Amino acid sequence: MESILKGRQNQVMTKGTDSHELSCDKSSLAGSVSQRACVFCGSRVVLYPISDALHLVHGPIGCAAYTWDIRGSLSSGPQIHRLSFSTDIKEKQVIFGGEKTLKSALIELIAEYKPKAAFVYSTCIVDLIGDDVESVCKNVTKETGIEVITVQAPGFAGTKKDGYKVACDALMKLVGTKGTEETIPNSINIIGDFNLAGELYLLRDYYEKMGVHIVATITGDGRVDAIRQSHKAALNIVQCSGSMSNLAMQMEKKYQIPNLRVSYFGIEDMSDALYNVARFFDSQDMMDKAIELVRTEVSDLLPKLEFYKKALKGKKAAIYVGGAFKAISLIKALRMIGVKTVVVGSQTGNKEDYLTMKNLSDEGTILVDDTNPLELTQLVKRTNADILIGGVKERPIAYKLGLGFCDHNHERKLALAGYEGMLNFAKEIYATAMSPVFQFTKIK
Amino acid sequence: MQKGIEIIEKEKAFTSTRNACKVCTPLGSSVVFKGIEGCVPLIHGSQGCATYIRRYLISHYKEPVDIASTNFSEETAIFGGEKNLFIAIKNITEQYNPKIIGISTTCLSEVIGDDMRKIIHKYKMENEGNPNLPELVFVNTPSFMGTHINGFHNAIVSLVKAFATRDKVAHSVNIFPGFLSPADLQLLKEIFEDVAINAIMVPDYSDILDNEYTGEYEKLPKGGTTIKEMQDTACAKASIEFGYILNKSNPQSQSAAEFLETEFDVPRINLNIPIGIKATDAFFESLEKLTNAKTPEKYRKQRGKLVDAYVDGHKYVFGKKAVVYGEEDFVIAMISFLEEIGIETILCASGGDSGLLKKVIQEKINPRTDILIHDNFDFEEIATVCKELKPDILIGNSKGYYIARELGIPLVRVGFPIHDRLGGSRIKHIGYEGTQQLFDTIANTLIQQMQDHSPVGYKYM
Repeated sequence: MESILKGRQNQVMTKGTDSHELSCDKSSLAGSVSQRACVFCGSRVVLYPISDALHLVHGPIGCAAYTWDIRGSLSSGPQIHRLSFSTDIKEKQVIFGGEKTLKSALIELIAEYKPKAAFVYSTCIVDLIGDDVESVCKNVTKETGIEVITVQAPGFAGTKKDGYKVACDALMKLVGTKGTEETIPNSINIIGDFNLAGELYLLRDYYEKMGVHIVATITGDGRVDAIRQSHKAALNIVQCSGSMSNLAMQMEKKYQIPNLRVSYFGIEDMSDALYNVARFFDSQDMMDKAIELVRTEVSDLLPKLEFYKKALKGKKAAIYVGGAFKAISLIKALRMIGVKTVVVGSQTGNKEDYLTMKNLSDEGTILVDDTNPLELTQLVKRTNADILIGGVKERPIAYKLGLGFCDHNHERKLALAGYEGMLNFAKEIYATAMSPVFQFTKIK
Repeated sequence: MQKGIEIIEKEKAFTSTRNACKVCTPLGSSVVFKGIEGCVPLIHGSQGCATYIRRYLISHYKEPVDIASTNFSEETAIFGGEKNLFIAIKNITEQYNPKIIGISTTCLSEVIGDDMRKIIHKYKMENEGNPNLPELVFVNTPSFMGTHINGFHNAIVSLVKAFATRDKVAHSVNIFPGFLSPADLQLLKEIFEDVAINAIMVPDYSDILDNEYTGEYEKLPKGGTTIKEMQDTACAKASIEFGYILNKSNPQSQSAAEFLETEFDVPRINLNIPIGIKATDAFFESLEKLTNAKTPEKYRKQRGKLVDAYVDGHKYVFGKKAVVYGEEDFVIAMISFLEEIGIETILCASGGDSGLLKKVIQEKINPRTDILIHDNFDFEEIATVCKELKPDILIGNSKGYYIARELGIPLVRVGFPIHDRLGGSRIKHIGYEGTQQLFDTIANTLIQQMQDHSPVGYKYM
């Protein structure tokens, strides 16, 4: 295929045709228009929703400007996370160092916004100009009594995925710093949901109906004090495993908290996420409540979905999203509304993820890791997809080809998780598949 | 106080920038490279730089914006970017087959000291005779110097320096419009066609960043300034450049028009961005001189209609208090327009830091009322001033929406970026036509505010 760069041929495969294993976990090729971002981006998206913390980006203005209010992560309380703070370093600091600037920036911002903690994101050139960020943070912590945590996130030090790890390391500095060692019975931390469009409120409601106690939500609708106490939870449930399973692993090692991988997209996965928690706590009462909840929700939802399933039957979708776990859920959710997945890929999936994807897919489905616009264009065309599911950077690809599009990334304003989310998802796919505007896009 | 302007010098209360009213230099240069025919922008730095800038631009233009990255790793940061740059150029050539690759540096590549001239020269030597070898143009865009506007103007200078060649005298006119919307560039092209001037516009993303539907994801969308045109800039009859501040935050920087003037004796006509009647008149006067012909009837009529509209609407805008923010040259032009319709600008703010904003406004605009002028300002500072001064309207890009929302006043979205609405690339700001649209939008926004807050909800103005 003309548009697959030589160095990338093993990162694309067709189920049933190709015998090679999908290659992944590689850094992007230079010169490729990768849809991925950098280490800083990975750390920033994970920590962003902690709404009572100060997030200060130490570096020139770009990194902070491009991440201002970037996610649709809602907070039920403080809104400090929606502000963009930068040390905005200039030539002067590049030559003489930026430690002084960083320190006074921190002290002023802490005094003004009174955060519960502060994260300092150290970007590409900070180490190179010789700033000792760690020691500045320590000094400010001492002076202000507010914990200031360094997030070592120079963009070049790996991929976006490495940025997730950096964020998890930063979080571990908070975990376990408040409250006793005692475990709260029947309690969980919800890890890896970012409260896009208020999705976490739905989940919280489901679990609380089952009688599960929620200790911390990390990081959606996140609060510093809750994270500090999160070691008291009996179980970690982890969604978006790509970004945050590392935190769960570290918590397991340090505090012996077991974890469950879940997904909240689609009826099947959402229900499993509830049942598995009941199973874990070995509680019949919880299980009964979960069954009742699922029954109520599903009996309400299924007849409504039927309409969309009929209308959408035979439509074909291509999926290209950040996290692999989401892609896996999407294949199932699409199947439920009669839509076949013909291309599926992610920015950051690992071997295991791609194997799951492959097993779940139909023959002929194309799997792809870390694709780029020209390649994705070819794949979508070759498979005659009707709809593309992705983020802002994929949207123009869909629209220029006259395909429908569903935004499943962190800027969306529509809740897609849970049962309510499944209906929204069906409506969203329907709206894009059925819009009459596409009568004008069929160019011979 | 000179010329009635009261300038309140205010100590900056915060060391940090809070909600920046600017973005970084390689964004500006990448926009320019998008406006060159067959050009792929390449950012020499970490993957995030290219991806963030793409996302920012896509959200505004609602068009594909392919920008490649040299994708620095730790090894690159230690040993230098040469290897990655070579691979990147090779891969872009293979995938896109471009005529030009427009390379922007970043804070990272600048700090590690990559010598771009040398590296690119080496690549060219090694690939001599390769028929697919694209032109390679680079611009230094360290993000710790200036804003996206510096990147924008410096990229134009790099391109002109790379291609301008003395040849037989052409009858064309160079136009350096600055960072305007694709619709503005389209308007300009129309004007030049109507006055029968063969104009060379650098950059020209009028189509590339506001493309028609073709059913294809175009690798290299049609349109843009050609290499031949950039060569011919050296032998043009004149250069017209819009904007007074341009890339002057560095006093050593020359604009493209200045370079062509000193190097090739191409006369330079420096004008305000033509927003409003006076600035547009000045632009057409220059065109009259260049063509030795009267402004076509079409524009005389447009002007007359605009005057008519000004009169119809003058009461609804007079004395209203506006806060204007955005790039320095853009706010200067916007203020000169607001001055002629009787809107009082109470704060003029920019994230730009040329240090020239106050001086230029005093000298070139001479406002009727006191204006608080702040460069190097951010949105939180704008918000603080707004709470104090209680304007009737905000005029600027979409990033100020949260302030307007908090104050319960309207925002008229102009300039860049417009991330929360459709049609950012279709907003017309310039000429009689663009001014007409701006005037209607601003007047109607104020009328609506009045209507919405009226206990009656009247049916007539």
